[in-house]
Amino acid sequence: MTQLALVIDLNVCVGCHACVTSCKEWNTSGQAGYMSDDRPYGEDPTGTFFNRVQTYEVGAFPNTETVHFPKSCLHCEEPPCVPVCPTGASYKRKEDGIVLVDYDKCIGCKYCSWACPYGMREIDEHQKVMKKCTLCVDRIYDQSLPETERKPACVMACPTSARLFGDVHDPESVVSVAIRESGGYALMPEWGAKPSNHYLPRRKTKLMIHADELVRADNPLKKEGHLPKPDLSEPSLDDVTSW
Amino acid sequence: MHPAFSVIFLTTLLGAGQGLFLALYTSQVYAFFHVLPPQADSGFYVGGSLLALLFLIAGLVASFFHLGHPERAWRAAAKWRTSWLSREVIVLPAFMGLVFLYSAVHWLGWNPPLITFEGGLTLDATMVLGILGTVLCFTLFVCTAMIYACLKFLQEWHSPLTVANYILLGGASGFTLAAAYSAYAAPGLVGFYGKWAIVITLLGLATRVATLLRNARLKPKSTLQTAIGVRHGQIVQKAQGFMGGSFNTREFFHGKPISLLRSIKWVFLLLAFPLPVLLLAGGLSSSASALLPVAFLVQYAGLLAERWFFFAQSSHPQNLYYQAIS
Repeated sequence: MTQLALVIDLNVCVGCHACVTSCKEWNTSGQAGYMSDDRPYGEDPTGTFFNRVQTYEVGAFPNTETVHFPKSCLHCEEPPCVPVCPTGASYKRKEDGIVLVDYDKCIGCKYCSWACPYGMREIDEHQKVMKKCTLCVDRIYDQSLPETERKPACVMACPTSARLFGDVHDPESVVSVAIRESGGYALMPEWGAKPSNHYLPRRKTKLMIHADELVRADNPLKKEGHLPKPDLSEPSLDDVTSW
Repeated sequence: MHPAFSVIFLTTLLGAGQGLFLALYTSQVYAFFHVLPPQADSGFYVGGSLLALLFLIAGLVASFFHLGHPERAWRAAAKWRTSWLSREVIVLPAFMGLVFLYSAVHWLGWNPPLITFEGGLTLDATMVLGILGTVLCFTLFVCTAMIYACLKFLQEWHSPLTVANYILLGGASGFTLAAAYSAYAAPGLVGFYGKWAIVITLLGLATRVATLLRNARLKPKSTLQTAIGVRHGQIVQKAQGFMGGSFNTREFFHGKPISLLRSIKWVFLLLAFPLPVLLLAGGLSSSASALLPVAFLVQYAGLLAERWFFFAQSSHPQNLYYQAIS
C-alpha cells in the first residue's frame, strides 16, 4: 500500500514562503477552480491557502532559536476529518493515501474542519466548499511533465530542499529514510490520527570533547618526550611496538 | 469555537419540539394506564403535535443557514455508517414524519383499538405511533449531541454529559412549552406538565453544572510543544503565516472578551433553570396561567445563551497554531 506524504526538515527551512506562493499559484490555476483572495492589498486581507509558514521563537533571550514551521494537511493515516463528513465528499484515496475533498459533493457544513485537530482545512468563502492540500494530485501523476517535475509545487519551489516527497510506506524511499535516520516525528501524536507527513527536528552538530581528552591521561607527570618502550620480554598491545 | 446562530437555533428549536412531543405522548401514556383522565378532545394532541412539528421545521430551516451549499443537503444522508451528522440528517425527517402522522391520526380519529389487554387497556394506532416517535426522538437527541461529543480533541464536548444535557435541556424546554400550551388547550394537564417541567429542569441544572465543573478542571492534552514537536518549556509564536484573518482565526474562536463569556454563563444559569422553575411554580400555584408562556420564553432565551456558551467555551487545539499575527 502506498501512502504519499511530505517530510519537512525544520533544520533547513528558512521561512521564505516560496512553498506558500508556489502552492497558491499552482492550485489557483488548477482545474478545481481558483482559491479565493479577498482584499489582497487592502487593510484586512484574507484568502484560502493550502499551506502556511509560521514562525516560532523557542527559548528566552539570549538563548533563542527561530523555528520556521510550514503547515499543510498531514494526510493522516487515520484521518479524523473523513468519517465525520456526512456526504462522503471528504475521502482518503486507497491507492495513494491522499486525503481529498470532492468539491461537487461538499455541502460546506464545516464539520470536517472541526474534526481536524491541526486546523489544516479552510473553507473557500466564495465557492463555499472546504479546501485543503491535495498533495498536487493533478501534478504528481501528470505524464506530460518530465518525471523529475512530478512532485508537489511546494517541493519544487523549496530553495533549500527542506521538503521531501515520497511514499512513507516504502521503507527505502527518501522520506522513510529521512524519518528513520534523522529523527522524523509526527505532530500531536496524542490524538492518534497518525499523520503521514513528518517533520525533521532542528539538529546541531557538536564536537564532544571530554575533559580527559584535553589532558594526556597517560602522562600524569606532564613530562614531554617519548614514552618509555616496554621491554622485549613484556607483553605489548600489538606484539609489534615493543621492538 | 465560534458560535454560529444557525446551529444555536437548530439545536434549541429541535430540543423544544422534541420535548413537546415527549410531553404530549407521556400524558397519553399516563391516560392509557388510567393514571390521568383520558383526553376527550383529540384536538389537544393535534394542536400540540403540530406545534412540535412547527418547532422542528423552524430548526430544520435554521440548519440550512449553516450550509455553504444548502441545495446539496440531500447528499448528507450518505455516510450514516460513520457520521453522526449524517445520522441526524436521516433521523430528523423520519421523526418529523412520525410527528405529522401522530397528529394526522389523532385529527382523523383513525384510531381503532389494535390490541386489547386484560383489564380494559386498549392499544390504539396513536399509541403505537407514539412509541415509534419516542424512540426516534431519543435517537435524534443522541445524534445531535454525539455530533459534538464524538470529537475527542474538543475536550469540553467529549463527554457523556453532553448527551445528557441535550436530552434534559431539550426535554425541559419541551415540557415547559407543554405546560404553557395546556394552559390554553387543556387546563386539566397544566399541573402534570408543569411539575414534570420543574423536575426535568432541575435534572438539567444538575448535569449542566456537572459539565461546568468538569470543564473547569480540564487540562488540555495538546500544547504548543506537541503542536510543533519542539520540546521546550518556552515557545512563543512570532508569525502565523499571514497578516490578516483567515478561516482558522474566525471559525475556532468566539472573538468576544472573556468577561462576556463569564457573564453569559451566569445569564444562562439564571435564565434557563431557577427563573423558569419559579415562574412554573408560580403559574401552578396561583393559577396565573399567563406566567407559563413567560416561563417558556425565559427558559428558551436561557437555552440560547446556554448553547452560545457551549460553543464558545470549547477550545479547539488548532488555536495553538494561531496565536500571533506577525
